[in-house]
Amino acid sequence: MAEYKGILVCGELVDGKLASITTELLGCGRKLADDLKEDLSCLLASDAVGEASKEATAFGADKVYVVEDPALKEYQADSYMQVAGKLVKDFSPRAILMGQTSMGRDLAPRLAFRLGTSVATDCLNLSIDPATKLLVQTRPVYGGNAQAVFTSESIPQIATVRGKAMSPLERDGSRKGEVIPTKIDIDMSKVRTKILETVKEEAVGIKLEDAPVIVCGGRGIGGPEPFQTMLKELADLLHGTVGASRPPADNGWVPEALHIGLTGKIVAPDIYIAIAISGASQHTAGCSGSKHMIAVNKDPEANIFKESEFGVVGKYEEVVPAFISKLKELLAA
Amino acid sequence: MPANMIVCCKQVPDPEAPPSVFKVVNNKMTLPPEVKPVIGQYEEFALEAALKIKDTTGGKITALSLGNNFVRDVIKKSLAVGADELILLEDQAFEDGDSWSTANALAAAIKKIGTYDVIFCGRQSSDWDAGQVGLGIAEILGIPAVTLARKVEISDGKAKVERVIPDGYQVIEVTLPAVIVVTSGIGELRYATLKGIMAAAKKQPAVWKPVDIGLEPSGVGAAGRRSKLDKLFQPVKESKCEIIEGETVAEAAAKLAVRLREAKLL
Repeated sequence: MAEYKGILVCGELVDGKLASITTELLGCGRKLADDLKEDLSCLLASDAVGEASKEATAFGADKVYVVEDPALKEYQADSYMQVAGKLVKDFSPRAILMGQTSMGRDLAPRLAFRLGTSVATDCLNLSIDPATKLLVQTRPVYGGNAQAVFTSESIPQIATVRGKAMSPLERDGSRKGEVIPTKIDIDMSKVRTKILETVKEEAVGIKLEDAPVIVCGGRGIGGPEPFQTMLKELADLLHGTVGASRPPADNGWVPEALHIGLTGKIVAPDIYIAIAISGASQHTAGCSGSKHMIAVNKDPEANIFKESEFGVVGKYEEVVPAFISKLKELLAA
Repeated sequence: MPANMIVCCKQVPDPEAPPSVFKVVNNKMTLPPEVKPVIGQYEEFALEAALKIKDTTGGKITALSLGNNFVRDVIKKSLAVGADELILLEDQAFEDGDSWSTANALAAAIKKIGTYDVIFCGRQSSDWDAGQVGLGIAEILGIPAVTLARKVEISDGKAKVERVIPDGYQVIEVTLPAVIVVTSGIGELRYATLKGIMAAAKKQPAVWKPVDIGLEPSGVGAAGRRSKLDKLFQPVKESKCEIIEGETVAEAAAKLAVRLREAKLL
């Protein structure tokens, strides 16, 4: 029986660079590994990993396993499972961390079921129980209306972590670590899916995750048009961008890529202006990390006011134009 | 080719209930009686995905649910909107399971059902939000799975799936049988017709106990868990919203702009 030791982060690349979620996982993983006095490893699998392996070291990894294969260019469960499965078998980590991302939410449960262990998804906090060395996993439940703490005695322990829930370490280019090119044969006959097409549909302009100001519209907006006119005008004025809660995305008023919430994007801008959004926990889960929240809603009892710092009660059709006009005047002065 | 489809549905407390009614008492979520049980929102999308396929290529839909004390009118909504059969894994022993014990029991029931081309699941239940059961079923049955599906078409033993990715979507082809895990964007579940409601009223769901799917009571529900719930709690939120008022809404809006400028936020 292998001895299970160390923390393994399953990293991700975005446009060839180390993803911000991976730096956050390394920050969290470093703390867990230090508490255990064990190593922190990072798996980077892609067609070409390049400089990202050194970045993983700079953000805290002791060992970086680099698996390069043309079959890993785009995430597909059946190819990535072969890589993660083999690495876990060979190195027996005590715990495996992934991001609660498109990849992590798809890969982590598969890996857990294949290994016969459990996984806690979308964790907000992770720690090590000093007595048992088990991973203590805190995650939101009931659409964010409560949080639950889980432990599991099955090894390896697997968790996915919500974006922006953890802080990365300060980048340290002088950190020493080992980059280990790792050859893992991928049996393509076991890949049961085929990507026929990848279609980008993100709106042009600032990405939601990077925007300092987000003007977010909800079900109460009532249709697609105000997103492109009134909300966009306000966002442009503040050098921000437009987002939406789930109903506008489900109704096709905006692309799904603009959906902020538990099952959409997680954002943490400086300023978040919630317009005609009731403030269900499933939505605020995606924006509660915002520095300053401002709400406009016609219902004074709307939950969104409980989450906000400033609010105006009124129909958005009346509030927003008056707000824009005053703001223009103030900004011009 | 008409498809045999299974849709996994869960009965959950209405997730659209206002946040203020969700109260944790003694490590359990307790909700007032006015919060009615419903079929989980993502399982409704999964049902709609199956119904859309039945509309175009025909086929049979079996709704499958695990729990205890099902409210018949709630879970029979699956029949009323167009599912052909309803199987309930209903027993006290199924209570308080986790993703592992739930997926294991559902997979055992699916093996008993025997013939299936597509198993539809929702991306996550509206209560525990774990998002694991569909993938767990696929792993246990040894079949492929595609997650975050917002459009599904079936032909020639294959499914073509639009899978949502952060900045768009991918079109993925998968050989059947497969698990397809559905997200929002597929379209709201259709309303039941009067004819559908009347037909559903006449149908009785099949009720299976652990023994009927070849499992011991000690292997299901709380007894079959692989993760332990140590604590359920609600973080205290301090609410201190400054509501800006004015003679008119427009005046309040203008004052908000001034206030935000004063606070050096904008």
